[in-house]
Amino acid sequence: MPVRNAYLSEIQALAEKARDKRALYGPDLDLSRYTQHIKRGKIESLESLSHQVKEAAILSGMNMQEENRSGSFLQIDQSVVYESLNKAYEGQLEIMSTPAALDKYDWIEEYYWKAIPADQDKYTAQAALNMTHGYFIRVFAHQKPQYPVQSCLLVAENYVSQNVHNMIIVEEGAELQVITGCTLSKSDAEGIHLGISEFYVKKGGKLMFTMIHNWADNFHVRPRTKVVVEEDGTFISNYVLLKPVKSIQAFPVAHLKGDRASAKFNTVVYGLKDSYIDLGSRIILEGEDTRGESIARTIAADESVIYSRGDLIAATRGYCLAHLDCRGILFSEKAKIFAIPELASHGSLKSELSHEASIGPISEEQVEYLMSRGISQEDAVSVITSGFLNLDIPYIPEFLDKNIKEIIKATAKEAL
Amino acid sequence: MEDMLRTEDLWVSVGDRQVLKGVNFSMKYGEINVLFGPNGAGKTSFMMTLMGFPRYRVEQGKIFFKGIDITAHDIYERARLGLGVSFQRPPTVRGVTLKKMIEIINTNGADSAGVDAKIEKLNLGGHLERGLNDGFSGGEMKRSELLQLMIQRPDLVLIDEPESGVDIENIALVGEAINALIGKDKVKDQKRGALIITHTGYILDFVNADKGYIVFDGNLLCRGNPRDILSEIKKHGYRRCAECR
Ligand SMILES: Nc1ncnc2c1ncn2[C@@H]1O[C@H](COP(=O)(O)OP(=O)(O)OP(=O)(O)O)[C@@H](O)[C@H]1O
Ligand SMILES: [Mg+2]
Repeated sequence: MPVRNAYLSEIQALAEKARDKRALYGPDLDLSRYTQHIKRGKIESLESLSHQVKEAAILSGMNMQEENRSGSFLQIDQSVVYESLNKAYEGQLEIMSTPAALDKYDWIEEYYWKAIPADQDKYTAQAALNMTHGYFIRVFAHQKPQYPVQSCLLVAENYVSQNVHNMIIVEEGAELQVITGCTLSKSDAEGIHLGISEFYVKKGGKLMFTMIHNWADNFHVRPRTKVVVEEDGTFISNYVLLKPVKSIQAFPVAHLKGDRASAKFNTVVYGLKDSYIDLGSRIILEGEDTRGESIARTIAADESVIYSRGDLIAATRGYCLAHLDCRGILFSEKAKIFAIPELASHGSLKSELSHEASIGPISEEQVEYLMSRGISQEDAVSVITSGFLNLDIPYIPEFLDKNIKEIIKATAKEAL
Repeated sequence: MEDMLRTEDLWVSVGDRQVLKGVNFSMKYGEINVLFGPNGAGKTSFMMTLMGFPRYRVEQGKIFFKGIDITAHDIYERARLGLGVSFQRPPTVRGVTLKKMIEIINTNGADSAGVDAKIEKLNLGGHLERGLNDGFSGGEMKRSELLQLMIQRPDLVLIDEPESGVDIENIALVGEAINALIGKDKVKDQKRGALIITHTGYILDFVNADKGYIVFDGNLLCRGNPRDILSEIKKHGYRRCAECR
C-alpha cells in the first residue's frame, strides 16, 4: 500500500516554506541554475554502459561484474538505470528506488523525512520538492548478506541537479555493508548533487557504510545525512574524497538512541585545486553506555580550503564514551585548514568526551629516517602521507591507494 | 688501499651548540671500530653527521666515503652509496608499518624466504603490522633497526648503542645480527665495515672489533684496542680524558 498522500503533502508544504532558507555552513548556492532534466531508460547489464560512464563508476568503487556484491544500484542523472539483487541473497534484503518504496510501503511514513527535517535548508527543501530517485535498501531481520550492496550515483550531463533521497533500513539483528560512489562522467560538468540519506539501524543491527566521492572542479555537493541507531546497534561510516570539487558541505549525524549503540566515522579528505570543503561528523550519545569515535585525516593542497568539523554531544543519563581525532597536513602556502572539534555534555554527569586536533607538516624527522634507508625524499613523503591517510578502510579498492600516491606525487613537492 | 671512511677536521654544530670540534677519523674497509665516551660527548652527533642529517651542520671539514667527498650529499645519496645507520632513538612513524617499510627497503627484491628468515631470526613476526617503532620496547626497536639494515645491506653500518634497552638474552641475538650485517658470520667479507657506539662494551663479546676510540667533548681521543680502552674506562672513568687532551 502506498504511503498516504496526506503525509506527502505535509512534507511538500514544509519544504515549500524553506525554499530559500540558507544552510548554516558552506557558500550559499543559486539552485535555479540547475534545470537540466534528462530521462534515461533501464539497461540490462552494467557491462552495456558506455566506456566513459563505466570508467567513472569503477573509479568510485563499482564492480562492473558484480563480483563479491550482494546487489547493485546505478543512477545516472535523474534516472535509475540499473538495479539488481544477487539471486543468492533473495529473501535477505531488497533494493529499489525510493519512489518505488513509497509506492509499495505505507509504513515508510515512519522513516521518510523523519530523521531529517524537510525544511532544514534550501537543499533539503529542493530534495523534498523535486526528488529524483535515490536508493532504498532494506535488510530483513537477522539477515547478514556476506557481500556489500554497491551503489553509484552518477551525473553525466551539465546543469543537472541530482536530488536523491537514500534510505537504508537494517532491521533487528541484521547486518549490511554498502559501498556507494558518487561521481561525474564528465570532468568539466557543472551541476549539483543533493543527497538526502536517512538510515535506520534497529536493535542489534549493524551498518557499515563506505562512500567514495569523485567530483570535479565545477560541481557543488550538499549531502544531508542522519543515521538513527537503536539499542546494541552499530553504525560505521567511511568517507573518502580525493578529487577536486567546487564546494561540498556536509555534516552527517549519527544519533545513538538506544543503549549500547555505537558509531564510528572515518573521514579521509584530500583538498585539491580551489576546492571548498566543509565536512564533519556529529555523534549524539543519547542511550546509556553508548560509544562514539570520529577520525578525520585531511590534507590541503593547492588553493583548497578545508573545514574539518567534529561534534560529540552527550545526552545520556548513564555512561557514554566518545573520542574525536582530527589531524591535518597543509601542502601549500595557499591552502587552508580549519579543524573545529566541539564537545558538549547536556547534563550527562558520567559522559567522557575527548578530542585531539592537530595541524602540522609532515615530520621531517620521519622523512629523513626513511631516506637513511635508501628511500628518496619524494618516495618517503609519499609513503608517510599515504600512511597518514590510511585508516584501514575495508573495501576501499586498491586503485585508490595508487590514486593517492599519484596525487601526493603531484602535490607534495611544495610541502618539502 | 684507500680508507673506507675518512673525516678531515670536521666541525659540526647543532642548534647553537658546537658538537664536533675538528674530528679527524679514518677506518679501513672491513674494519669494525668502536666509539666510547660520556653522555653528551658527541658520539651520536658524529654518526648523524656521517649519515648527513641536515640538523647537524658541517661548518668546516670534509667527509670521504669510499674515496668520494660526500660532505654535500644528502641522506638518500649517502644511503645509496652504501651508508646505513641504526638509530639510538628512531622516530615513530605511525602510519607506516614495519612490513611496509621492509617492502620498500627491499627494492631490489631479495628473495622473500630470506626476508622471512631474517624477520623470524630477529623475532619480529608479531610486529610487522604495527607502525614503525609505535610503542616498540627498547629492545624491539633495536631489533627492528637491525632487521631493516639487514635488508638494506649497507657497506658501512653505523650502529648507535645496539645494547641499550636490550636484555641479556637478546644481546647475543643483536650480536649475531651485527655479524650478519658485516658478513662476518660467513666467510670473511673484506669490504663491509661497522662503526659501533657502546657504553657497556657488552657487544664486544659478540663482535670482533678492530679499533676503539673515546669521544670526549667533541673530539676523538685515545685510539687503541677497544678492550683495553674499555677496561681503562671501567677503572678510571673518563676523568683522565680531560688530561689526555
Ligand atoms: N638540537 C640540539 N640543540 C642543542 N643541543 C643539542 C641538540 N642536539 C644535541 N645537542 C647536544 O649535543 C651534545 C652531543 O649530543 P650527542 O647526542 O652527540 O651525545 P652522545 O655522545 O651521543 O651522548 P649519549 O651517550 O648520551 O647518547 C649534547 O650535549 C646534546 O645535548
Ligand atoms: Mg648518543
